[in-house]
Amino acid sequence: MSSTSNPSTQHTSTIGAIGAPSRRNTELALLVFAVVIPVFAYANVGLALDDQVPAGLLSYGLGLGLMAGLGHLAVRKFAPYADPLLLPLATLLNGLGLVAIWRLDQSERLQASRTFVEAAPRQLMYSAIGVAFFVAVLFFLKDHRVLQRYTYISMAGALVLLLLPLVPGIGHNVFGARIWIKIPGLGTLQPGEFAKIVLAVFFAGYLMVKRDALALASRRFMGLYLPRGRDLGPIIVVWIISILILVFETDLGTSLLFFGMFVIMLYVATERTSWIVFGLLMSAVGAVGVASFEPHIQTRVQAWLNPEREFDLSRAGVQDGIVHSEQAMQALWAFGSGGTLGSGWGQGHSDLIGFAANSDFILATFGEELGLAGVMALLLLYALIVERGVRTALAARDPFGKLLAIGLSGAFALQVFVVAGGVMGLIPLTGMTMPFLAYGGSSVIANWALIGILLRISDTARRPAPAPVSNPDAEMTQVVRP
Amino acid sequence: MSELTLTVMRLGFLAVLWLFVIVAVQVIRSDLFGTRVTQRGSRREAGRQQAARQAPPQQRQQSGGRRGRNTPTKLVVTEGTLTGTTVALQGQTITLGRAHDSTIVLDDDYASSRHARIYPDRDGQWIVEDLGSTNGTYLDRTRLTTPTPISPGAPIRIGKTVIELRK
Repeated sequence: MSSTSNPSTQHTSTIGAIGAPSRRNTELALLVFAVVIPVFAYANVGLALDDQVPAGLLSYGLGLGLMAGLGHLAVRKFAPYADPLLLPLATLLNGLGLVAIWRLDQSERLQASRTFVEAAPRQLMYSAIGVAFFVAVLFFLKDHRVLQRYTYISMAGALVLLLLPLVPGIGHNVFGARIWIKIPGLGTLQPGEFAKIVLAVFFAGYLMVKRDALALASRRFMGLYLPRGRDLGPIIVVWIISILILVFETDLGTSLLFFGMFVIMLYVATERTSWIVFGLLMSAVGAVGVASFEPHIQTRVQAWLNPEREFDLSRAGVQDGIVHSEQAMQALWAFGSGGTLGSGWGQGHSDLIGFAANSDFILATFGEELGLAGVMALLLLYALIVERGVRTALAARDPFGKLLAIGLSGAFALQVFVVAGGVMGLIPLTGMTMPFLAYGGSSVIANWALIGILLRISDTARRPAPAPVSNPDAEMTQVVRP
Repeated sequence: MSELTLTVMRLGFLAVLWLFVIVAVQVIRSDLFGTRVTQRGSRREAGRQQAARQAPPQQRQQSGGRRGRNTPTKLVVTEGTLTGTTVALQGQTITLGRAHDSTIVLDDDYASSRHARIYPDRDGQWIVEDLGSTNGTYLDRTRLTTPTPISPGAPIRIGKTVIELRK
């Protein structure tokens, strides 16, 4: 039937595009662009540091190009109608992250430190594994609605993932945050990153069933809809869990991420502003309550309120039982010295941050070397990923897909906000990674899987309705009709 | 490396990065300007939609066979939570109900999971058929018992949702 060649008008939703829904060629063109930009940056770093094009340029470019190409072929094969922007955006961010990590590897100051390891080759490997996960998600997950069957299994799975770091023997405490687990022979893993996705599946499945009860059974009081006590149950349970994470794993970011994701999804599912008010109140109460007795978090709050004083105390080597952090101030200096246009690739001094310069603080490197203009572009790239996710949610025809897409993109957006806000001094710093940019295997892999799920949902949402097969049912009905 | 080259590269990189952002935004421009959300909007946009609609007639003739001038081209939800949703009619069967694989997934306590369907018969006349729903499907004010042809503009009511076929 000829309508398969131009099925643009078959969208059910109000936001179907006029153009052909399969936009794979657009995606390919953008992907080429997204590979060229990091290669340019890579050459630029080499030229700035050693006056020559770095030796690894070819292999690095080929590696990134190969990853992008594989991802693209997988999308072409398994999700032909998926969104054309998500893959190029993720590739570009991943590529720029690799450049920044490699650039920090070249710093002599960091090489001199005891814990130095060449991070860029590892990160390239993690990215490759991440793309493999991405392809696997597209291959195995033929329909995202399958995930709906595993609503409560995902809840159990997410709880296990979150609790793993607390198990003695497996758990691994790094600099005050207990969010890693050790896998013998494989290294460390941050299960929280994966729990993010699994938990979104649970919330989506749960809220899809319960949203009517949560939305309708309420009393109106001072312009707010107050839900019934028993409907408050789930939000209180999630709140308690996130507080427990905060207390036992001292991981402010993850706790904020989960609670925030739940509140966002509740709001989307029920259309009740009151949930947001409750959510904000509860997270404020929880954060203040925990911060009042947890020293690790007090340190972070202190470093946020008085970065300069903390820096001086740390430099002076004051020993008063509290860890003083210099990084918050260093990150601010890095942003400041970058100015509007930055110092240029390889010409900043963000390596002075030292510890965690290529993971939690990688945005400071971008801030210094690309300046405000570069950081704004990066944040826009993130915003575009989130926008595509929300657009996918709008276009999705089934409530589960809608909620899952909004949950995943909401979590992504929250993570970017928490990290960027922390590094820039807007909120207390939390130990989270900038998605795709920062060094860290779990984060890269989990975020590629997240993009894979979003692409799957968007493929289902944008896929034109099946070609009209001359309607055997209709004809039969007519024969039967008296 | 001379200072000048590095400065050029620095600014060049920022330009390229922003170019990517702009290109990406151009790609999603179609979301904002190329959608068929409602019939409201500027005349220019209406013209664009007209242009886009020029393509289908050919295939419609192939797929639909004989069709009169009064053939509706789209289904519009006029009341209920899905108000504003439109579905283009291209000879395919449209199913309505709470089941997730329905063409229009109704979010309505009064709808059955497979509530009704709308399909063209051999002459291209659109027919609505109730699929044994609990609360019934109403065309104008009459409850459907048999598959019934739909006249353009006649409201079809399912629970709180009302849909119409329009040209």
